[in-house]
Formats: sequence, C-alpha cells, structure tokens
Amino acid sequence: MPTLVENTGQSKVSAIHELGRADFISVRDFNFFYGKKQSLFDINMDIPEKQVTAFIGPSGCGKSTLLRNFNRMNELIEGVHHSGEIQLVGKSIFDRNVEVIALRRTIGMVFQKSNPFPKSIYENVVYALRISGQTKKSLLDDCVERSLRGAALWDEVKDRLHESALGLSGGQMQRLCIARAIANRPKVLLMDEPCSALDPIATVKVEELIRELKQEFTIIIVTHNMQQATRCSDRTAFFYLGKLVEYDNTHKIFSNPSEKKTEDYITGRFG
Amino acid sequence: MDTIGTHSLDFFKTDKHEASRALSRSLKNRFLTLLCIALSLATLVPLVSIVILVLKNGLPLLSRHIFTELPPAAGMAGGGFGNAIIGTLVMVGIGLAIAAPVGILSAIYINEYAPISRLAKTVRLVAKLLTGIPSIICGVFAFAIVVMRTGYFSAYAGGVALAVLMLPTILLTAEQALTGVQSAYREASYGLGATRFQTIIRVVLPDALPAIMTGIMLAVARAAGETAPLIFTALFSQYWANSLSEPTASLSVLIYNFSTVPFPHQIQMAWTASLVLVAFVTAANIIAQTAFSRKH
Repeated sequence: MPTLVENTGQSKVSAIHELGRADFISVRDFNFFYGKKQSLFDINMDIPEKQVTAFIGPSGCGKSTLLRNFNRMNELIEGVHHSGEIQLVGKSIFDRNVEVIALRRTIGMVFQKSNPFPKSIYENVVYALRISGQTKKSLLDDCVERSLRGAALWDEVKDRLHESALGLSGGQMQRLCIARAIANRPKVLLMDEPCSALDPIATVKVEELIRELKQEFTIIIVTHNMQQATRCSDRTAFFYLGKLVEYDNTHKIFSNPSEKKTEDYITGRFG
Repeated sequence: MDTIGTHSLDFFKTDKHEASRALSRSLKNRFLTLLCIALSLATLVPLVSIVILVLKNGLPLLSRHIFTELPPAAGMAGGGFGNAIIGTLVMVGIGLAIAAPVGILSAIYINEYAPISRLAKTVRLVAKLLTGIPSIICGVFAFAIVVMRTGYFSAYAGGVALAVLMLPTILLTAEQALTGVQSAYREASYGLGATRFQTIIRVVLPDALPAIMTGIMLAVARAAGETAPLIFTALFSQYWANSLSEPTASLSVLIYNFSTVPFPHQIQMAWTASLVLVAFVTAANIIAQTAFSRKH
C-alpha cells in the first residue's frame, strides 16, 4: 500500500497539460430531488476539458447523484426531478432537442461494480456500435482493437476475444467495461467508484489508465479513496450533505483546503 | 434458548435434570428426522407405482404400429393411435403459438416497461388467479367463444383452450425470469446509449431465455396431459385430421374414451396411450429442468 500512496507526481505534471475549455461541462444552480427528498442543493461548478475531476465526500453526499445527472441516468428512477441547468459545451443537456440516447453516446459511463454483459469480450466492446446500427466487420474489428488497447487490455485478451467476458478477472472486467465505454469515442467518461471492488494491483492499472485516457477524454471520477483522488485527478470537488463545499485544484484541496469541513474530511476526522 | 445463555457455562456439570432434558431433546430430534424421511419416501409411492403400473400395462401393446395406425373400431383388435399423437402435438402447438407470445410480451411489459403501474398489478393478479382455475373451465370458455361461434369442434378450439391453460404459467415464469436478470446489465446498456427496446432485445431477453424456456416446457407438459379442455373443444376423431377445423383426436381424450369401454383390447390400448403420454410429459419436464438451466 505505501507505494501506492506515494505516487502523487501526476497532479503536478497535469498542471502543464492545460488544453481545452475550462467550462466543458458547466453546472448552474442545480438542485435534485428523489421524490420529496432533496439530495443536491444549488450546485455550481465548471468541469474542464481533458482533465480528471474527482468527486469526493462521505456516502450519501450526492456525488454519485450529480455524476448520474451528467448522462441523465437518474431518469431511469421513478419520481425524480431537478431544477437548474447542466450544460455540455454551452448546450443544455436537458434541452427538449437533446436525445438522451445521443447524450449517453457522448458521455460514457463506467460503474462501481464491473458489469460486462454475459457475451464474448468482442461483443461487449462493440455493443455501442451494434446498437447504433454498425455492421461492417472491419470497422468493428478496428474498434475492438483500438478500444482494448485504449483500456490497456489488448495484450491480455487478444487471443480469446470470442470467449465469454465473464471468465476475466475482476480487474480485467473493469478495464473491459472501460473499453466498452470508450468504443464509441465519447467526449466525457463518467466513472462511479471504478476501483472500489478491485484489489490494489488492479487499482493501479486502472489509475494508470485513467491518467492516459485524459489525453482524449474529459473524465469525472467519484471515489471514496482520497489517495486515488490525489494520484489521478487534476481537480477535486468535495461534497457534503448534498452541497458542494469546495472545488479546486487537487493539489490545493489536499495540501491547503480553504474550508474547515474539507480539511476535517481529508484528514479523516469524519466521513 | 436458556442453555445457550446462562446454563451453557455449567454444561459439563452433571446436573441430573439438565441431562434428562438433553436426552428428551435428542430423542425428539431423532423422531422428527425419521418422520420426515418416512413421509418423503411415502410421496414416492404414488409416483413410482403410477410409473410401474403404466409400464406394466402399457408395454405389451407398444410397437411401431401404435404410432402409425388409426384407433380400432369398437371390439376390433390391432390398430394404433397415430392420429391422437399428432392431434395432441398439433393442439399443444397451437396453444403454445397463442400463449407464448402473449405471455412473454405481457411479462416484458409488466416487468420492463411499467412494473408499478395499475395495469401491471392487475395483470399479475389475474395471472395468479388464472393458474388456479380448473382446466374444465378453460374448455367451457373455448367452447363458448370458438365452438359456439363456428358451429363445430376443431383443433384450433382445442388449441385455444390449452392456450388459456398455459398462459398464466408462461406469463408468471417469464416475469420471474426477467426479474432475475441483473439490473447492472440494463444499466450498462442504457449507459451506452441503448434504447429500452434494444436493451430488452440484446441484453435482457438473451439472459432470461433459459428460464423462460423452462416455463414454456412446464406449461407444455401440463397442457399435453389435460383431457377436460379438449372434450368440449376438439372432441375426438377416429380418423386422420385433414384440417385444423374438424374434430381432432388427442391422447388424453383417447385414454378417457378407451378406458370406459368394455373391450379388453381398447383398455389395453388406453394403457399404452398413457405410457406414451407419460413419456412425452416426462421428456418435456426433463428438458425444462436440464437443457435450459442457467449456465452461470
């Protein structure tokens, strides 16, 4: 474990890596309700392009709820509603003209528990292409290789692409889910505690992958693991009881937070 | 409970009272175990004796002629019941062709589209009530809506009666099968931009299919053995059927007819037909239990 914690050099490197717009995703006065229960209060934040933004905070603080609003996954739950605005590159994702199907193809998602379909590795990766009607074999083959290489899984599975994905190890399954999520070349990758079910070695691999993926994607990661946030994110947002308490450069949050609440949380005094 | 709490500490003390209570508990335990074993064996008695009886009485006439020839006229020897075997298969097939799509699509609606709607609750309740309805009522129903309208007994009237009989089983097992599909699969599919329809077709149904097939085979096994719904609807026929709109023979009605006549050969043939029917139903059940069982 100690070796994992010390590997914090990345956030400094990424300070140089500043391309893209600072308000790739912008959240304005956003409130969210499960039935009558309000779970997000007046969230305002801008998420920068091609950087890794970490959401931290104790369980039930609303970080996953906010994440699941970016691709409107929360709409699958009965009785939810919201107020305020979320924009992707200046365009509201709740706009009448936005098709939720298209939105989810633009904003991919990786879940807490790896959930490959009970199909072959190949079919898992090309799922997004198949549902958008792509049948050309050469295109699908290219996509499989590109996505699996992108998820650093190609060398491990290239000889058994047509075997069931359920035969992979936990870490491989999660990387397969990442490959599946990036297969359709989304712009944003949402990751909901992607490493919480993985062992330390698999976690390292996924974290390395996250740092590589930000060359191409804007990444938002929800994590309970604060070392993970320091290791792989550029920006960190701390949530507490449905409110955004502090949002700043990761380095700043973990070395010199402005809010007492943030300091208490990252030093382990509660949460 | 008290032995676990306060008394457990002096468990090794030779308390006479405690020792006799322990003995009585262990005797009770042994008695109940033996009772359960005895009763489990008792349930086997009727099942095994049916099989033995059917084999003993049915085997003598079993030959390939049974499958290819028509039933003998009253008092005559020889013959078979090929038309009844085909009739049963055809009518179960018609029943399945009606009940399977309706049942599976309803299950998809009440589980995937509107699980907490009033319609879903109503359908679920009605299906559960329908499983308890006597099969003869299904026959009377099909008689009323098909036979009375068309004016003749027919294979498709029989098929409708069997469909009513099969529908609740298929619907409820299919719903169970869909409930059994991990919601993580649905989430992953939606997360990749799939529509609900794509999610159902590509992810949910393939995963639920083995369990749905099990339900279908169980429904088939039950329907194939039913007599009451067919007497009112398909009646019986001594001949090969030329179309679906004429009285049609079935194994169950043949058994019913032949077992009530005073001719030994016909009674013997009823036993052989029972054997064929039991074999068919057993095969359907075994397929349901094994071939479609979930692999993961």
